[in-house]
Amino acid sequence: MTKPATTISQHITTPSQTVGPYLHIGLDWLTTSNLVIPETEGLHIVLQGCLLDVDGQPIPDGMIEIWQANAHGKYAHTDDHQVKTLTQNFMGFGRLSTDEQGGFRFSTIKPGPVPHHDGSIQASHIMVQVFARGLIKQLVTRVYFPDGDHSHDLVLKHVPVERRHTLVASTTKDNPNVFHWNIALGGENETVFFTI
Amino acid sequence: MSDLASFRLPTLGSQPDYLTPAYTSTVKRSPTQSLILLPQSLSELTGPVFGHERVGKLDHDLTKQHAGEPLGERIIVAGRVMDEDGKPVPNTLVEVWQANAAGRYQHKRDTHDAPLDPHFTGTGRTMTDEDGNYRFLTIRPGAYPWRNHVNAWRPAHIHFSLFGHAFATRLVTQMYFPGDPLLALDPIYNSVPDMRARERMISTFELALTEPEFALGFRFDIVLRGRDATPMEK
Repeated sequence: MTKPATTISQHITTPSQTVGPYLHIGLDWLTTSNLVIPETEGLHIVLQGCLLDVDGQPIPDGMIEIWQANAHGKYAHTDDHQVKTLTQNFMGFGRLSTDEQGGFRFSTIKPGPVPHHDGSIQASHIMVQVFARGLIKQLVTRVYFPDGDHSHDLVLKHVPVERRHTLVASTTKDNPNVFHWNIALGGENETVFFTI
Repeated sequence: MSDLASFRLPTLGSQPDYLTPAYTSTVKRSPTQSLILLPQSLSELTGPVFGHERVGKLDHDLTKQHAGEPLGERIIVAGRVMDEDGKPVPNTLVEVWQANAAGRYQHKRDTHDAPLDPHFTGTGRTMTDEDGNYRFLTIRPGAYPWRNHVNAWRPAHIHFSLFGHAFATRLVTQMYFPGDPLLALDPIYNSVPDMRARERMISTFELALTEPEFALGFRFDIVLRGRDATPMEK
């Protein structure tokens, strides 16, 4: 588990405040719903779904950001010291505003597995943050893939068995590389959100 | 094994609860189940890094994005992005957006009956320098009504979005102005439990940032989460 603070903070953390209804003015310039070019190494996939409020109603003024490793399971970041190949032109960051139906759609690649702090290997996953009017701070979650071996994933072990399915995208036989995954703030299939 | 120190949880009391009924939109948009606390892995300890080339030379100057000058009181907003231990956060993207001097956003969903300014979009961005410093030139935004409750007015504010060094340090906040009587009445500002944390969101007038015959200066330092003293596992 995350250790309690071992250092007394000199400065109080700045509080989070909502993005509000007009977030698009400031944030749409960095919209990145397509993270890849045709040559990008890895299995090209689509991740799509809807952002839903506690009643299952779409959230049409939300923003979703994703962060992921490349096909080898390496993050494009100087603190990732793994001996793995970086992918040219693949940053691993996506951002989009939800559409009128609360929908989102990212084109990316399936990330490779990355280790946890104890050295155990995590199942392939994409990191997700959700912002919206009425969300006073962002929500943090992850999405996993249906074909992965989830039994050894340290994060999923923290999640009650009956809620794990909310973190796993689904696919159809017609389109094995198109993954569906809703982000629900309530209801029977309320997505698991994390404090990190 | 990870050789990286984890980020500490934010200072106790510094962050609002999702469900803040006085801010009515939170009622339908807050998770109903408890969040699950996770240890941090590379996935949380890394995050998107944007190069200085992503922002244009004048992106920090919201008064120079159109042919003419926007109306209103020109201000300089500057400060330092640091962590809780006072360590600067260099080379990180800072994005801002705001209403114009009349309290109107350049946005299709803003129906407030106040004039738009053809010379003001209200969007800016910049990168912090090696010491975590940033600086914007803009117009002091106006207060505006919202329909949260009867006679509800948002205090004048500028929205800030920051990434820091990792996924775990992502922060979206709002900067307020000193002495604003609307702050005491605002459910969003008052959603923060700790009074000192709330006051961290209020900029301070600073004569040293003020440019003679040109613009008032306001300091807004931003504090992101700090790291544990030692790596979690060795």
